Amino acid sequence: MSDITVGIVVFPGSNCDHDTEHAVASFPGIKPVLLWHNEHDLQGAKAIILPGGFSYGDYLRAGSIARFSPVMKEVIEFARKGFPVLGICNGFQVLLESGLLEGALSRNRDKKFLCCQTCIRAVNGSTIFTSLYPEDEVLSIPIAHGEGNYFAPPEVIESLEEHQQIVFRYTDAEGKITDEANPNGSLKNIAGIVNRQGNVLGLMPHPERASEKLLGSLDGRGLFESLFLHIAGV
Amino acid sequence: MSYIAKIKVTLRQSILDVQGKAVDHALKNLGYRSVESARIGKYIEVTINETDLAEAERIGNEISQKLLSNPVMENYSLELELLN
Repeated sequence: MSDITVGIVVFPGSNCDHDTEHAVASFPGIKPVLLWHNEHDLQGAKAIILPGGFSYGDYLRAGSIARFSPVMKEVIEFARKGFPVLGICNGFQVLLESGLLEGALSRNRDKKFLCCQTCIRAVNGSTIFTSLYPEDEVLSIPIAHGEGNYFAPPEVIESLEEHQQIVFRYTDAEGKITDEANPNGSLKNIAGIVNRQGNVLGLMPHPERASEKLLGSLDGRGLFESLFLHIAGV
Repeated sequence: MSYIAKIKVTLRQSILDVQGKAVDHALKNLGYRSVESARIGKYIEVTINETDLAEAERIGNEISQKLLSNPVMENYSLELELLN
């Protein structure tokens, strides 16, 4: 069987593209391809990943200019057809700006850029991105962002909860969802959400930085593996 | 003929403005006791080559909603000035 292609979009200013490529390439049968933002060809990818970084220098608002990159037209169409799209950190910001996910990310509550290990839980283990995560398992995955404070109007939050679209939440080491465990002020400790259809996921933590023993945690691998099992039709 | 669209983008009142808060604290530390609060926004000037004011206004509103502001967390105001 030939390898399954996974596309990783490279915007000017992306800086986790190669880390993500490295993590993706460690899964047998999966071939990552880097897609330059000016391209229109998704090269037969079965899933698309928007990596972290500072696309367009985060000018105007994080993700706001990347959202209008030529490749995004294709990515939006790909997502609307029901194919999986994963946005990590800046990629999450791009997904929100493009309207594929609801809400917005504003500056961290304590004004600081945060680069640290966080505890999160996949509170919805039934998505194509989280099928391998037990809902009570505490995952150690790092964050690295200045604008990760998730906000949405009350009616959107209500609808996200009603349709189990809140997928990852920040927790303490015991898995409890507390205000102290919330690093950036996100409403409801939200670290990641999925769209109603369940094929577009955005999260602030970096699973690619927790995908190798050397990096101190392997907890991010479950996300990639869940997704790859899905696209392999297993 | 062209117009300058002067667009101000501000965070909605319900959104915590951490930059504004830091500036507010700094002003108070400087001794300005009557300073009540500070909010930080963005000011953007866009030159639009249109002869018709209504058309320039339509474009100004469209770009403000589409790109320059994020309606989920920001408001904007638009002012047009005739350039020549």
